[in-house]
Order: sequence, then structure tokens, then C-alpha cells
Amino acid sequence: MNTKEITNQEELFVSGHRACHGCGMAIAVRHILKATGKNVIVVTPTGCLETFTSPFGYSPWRVPWIHHLFENGPAIATGVVAALKAQGRDDTRVLAIGGDGSTFDIGFGALSGMLERGDDVLYICADNGAYMNTGGQRSGASPLYSATTTDPAGRSSVGKFQMKKDIPTIVAAHGVPYVATASVAYLKDLEKKIKKAMTYHGPRYIQIDSTCPSVWGFPSDRTLEVGRLAVECGITPLFEMENGEITKVRKIKKKISIEDYLKTQKRFRHLFAGDQGREALKEIQDLADANIRKYGLLKQAKAETTTSSEEVFT
Amino acid sequence: MKVTIGAVVKGGTSLGYKTGNWRDERPVLDMEPCKRCGQCESVCPDSAIHIIDEYYIIDYDFCKGCGLCAYECPADAIEMVQEEK
Repeated sequence: MNTKEITNQEELFVSGHRACHGCGMAIAVRHILKATGKNVIVVTPTGCLETFTSPFGYSPWRVPWIHHLFENGPAIATGVVAALKAQGRDDTRVLAIGGDGSTFDIGFGALSGMLERGDDVLYICADNGAYMNTGGQRSGASPLYSATTTDPAGRSSVGKFQMKKDIPTIVAAHGVPYVATASVAYLKDLEKKIKKAMTYHGPRYIQIDSTCPSVWGFPSDRTLEVGRLAVECGITPLFEMENGEITKVRKIKKKISIEDYLKTQKRFRHLFAGDQGREALKEIQDLADANIRKYGLLKQAKAETTTSSEEVFT
Repeated sequence: MKVTIGAVVKGGTSLGYKTGNWRDERPVLDMEPCKRCGQCESVCPDSAIHIIDEYYIIDYDFCKGCGLCAYECPADAIEMVQEEK
């Protein structure tokens, strides 16, 4: 056994999987398993993660892993929890790691059912904002005015004209104990949130902004950089919700405009030409500003709101 | 290849599929400016950087050459060099 083999034994998600160059999801999964340790069973609905980790005969998973249909990830996780309970194995926990297609669209009914039943599953959505493993068709998670293969930008279109679903808020409305959003750009924060989620029992949900160089259209070495810009412009707020209340928010260090984030990606390239694009940029900037106000992402913004409310009361 | 019952595959078998030939550019690590912070190991999507005590080893069998380690290195200790084939 050489030194490489020794270190590979500690890794729960080993080399040799077939993710694209600079895949954000692969980085996220490595850190998820680092945080949970090996005593977990992972359930993965169809999506990028399933495709690149399961060519027959080659598995990078060093934890028990199940793939099943696109729509029933949470239901399978429920079954695994029930089986573990019947066997009296309390120390083994269940993770479901889905993409945004299976979470936002196809498996949403099953997810809602799992949340309502209160099963002890940590559901993680690695959100890359479209159906990437089939080439980037739009999903409920595709951001406003992004060009996808089914919502292409052209003379009479500026890309997807619907909003991104606010799934963390919808999940929180089920009354679950823990909801959080994270980003591949902040890996220590991600690990901390996974560890915290593992201290709770019952259904928990973490949504990870999982940047995708291949379909978003940016160089493969900028995976973390693009994720950082998304957080710094306010379009991707990072927060923690415990028992229905927001308990922690990652403040923006240095606010940037939405253009600084969008211009790094080909899927938003069409917004930088023509009047229609300019209008669209304004709308996206409003979305980011609304997030900043809603979650108090700026240190000053929070101070302003407290002073104004004081004025009202005095 | 024989299909097992339930298509069960043993864990960690992807180590038998070398992704190193996907690479266009090769990361070359200079240990002189390296601060041993572990950032490159942390950001590698392919788990292809190993830290053994104080030593950093890039596993060229699996490195796909995405360049993330070079871009994220705070000490600029990793350089991407064109691969010659």
C-alpha cells in the first residue's frame, strides 16, 4: 500500500468520479461527508450527482448509497429511516442529497410529504439552477432572466421570465426544526451548518448554491469565486433558520452590484446588450436589494431599520 | 461485466477509473511559498490533493486540471502548466 492509498482510505468520496472540471457539487459532497462522518446512508434522486457517481462498476462513495427514481428521493429516505428504526440502529443517520430538479420540481410532492410526516432525514439540495446533466434545461430553480436551452435568449426573449422558487421559505413553512442555505464558496460555513443540522432530529433542509462551470459558462477555476460574488451581491442570501426563526445571517463584507456577478457567466451574457437587457438587469438588482432588506445582509441596513422603528415608537 | 443483483457496486471502486487523461493543464506545486494552509486540498472536486504530514501530493492519476487549486491558493504556490501529450 502506498501513501496515496492510505490517504484515499480516509476520504469518504474518492477520486475517479466523472464530474465536469471544477464541479461545485463534487466539492460540496466531499465536505458534506467530512461533516457527517461515515455513519450515514445517502439517498440520491436522479440528477448530476447520481449520473457522475454511478457508471456501473465504479462508485466513489465510501458510505452506503442508494439511487432510485427522480421523484421519490424523500420517500425512499423515509423507508430507510423506518428500516433502521425496525432494526434498532439509532446511531445511523439518513441523508438525501438531491439536485434542484428533483427538489424544486419533480420530487417536490414527496419532499413536502416527508417534511409533513416529520421523518428524521437531512435533505440537502445541491442547487445548480437547471437540469445540468441533460444539458441545462430550465427548472424551478433557474434564476430570473437566465438563458437555458428551453428558455433561450434571443430577439424576442431575455431568457427565463419566471422567478426562482423560494424553497427554503416553503420548507420552513412546514414547521421543520432546521432550514439553512449555504454556498460552495464558503466551505467551512457549509460544514458547520451540516454539523448543526445533524444535532437536530426530524426533517431538516439545507440548500447549497452549487456553481456549475459547464452550463453557467465560466472558467472551471472560478467555481468558488462565482459563488462568492453571488453572496456578496445579495442574490444568494446565506442564513440559518431554527424552529421557524432566522437565527444567523452571513453579512455582506463588501457589497457589489448585480452586474459584477452576472457578467462572469455566459447564461446572462444577453442582458448586457440592448434596452430589454438593461431593464432586466434593473429587475434582478431589485431582487438582490429586496433580499438584502429582508435578511438584513448589510450591517448598516440593520442599524437603519432599528433607528426607524425606534422613531415610530417614540 | 456481470450485473450483480440490485446492481450493487462496492464503494470506492471508482479509483479504478483514472480521470487524469481529461487534463489539459497540469497543476505544479512549489513547496517554497506554500503556507501549508490546506486550501487546495479543501477545494479539489476530485479529492486529488493529499496532505501527508507536512507534504502536499497532487495525484495526477485523477487530477482533471480544472485549475481551482491554483486560483484559490493564497500564496500563489501552484502554477498551471500546459500538458504535453
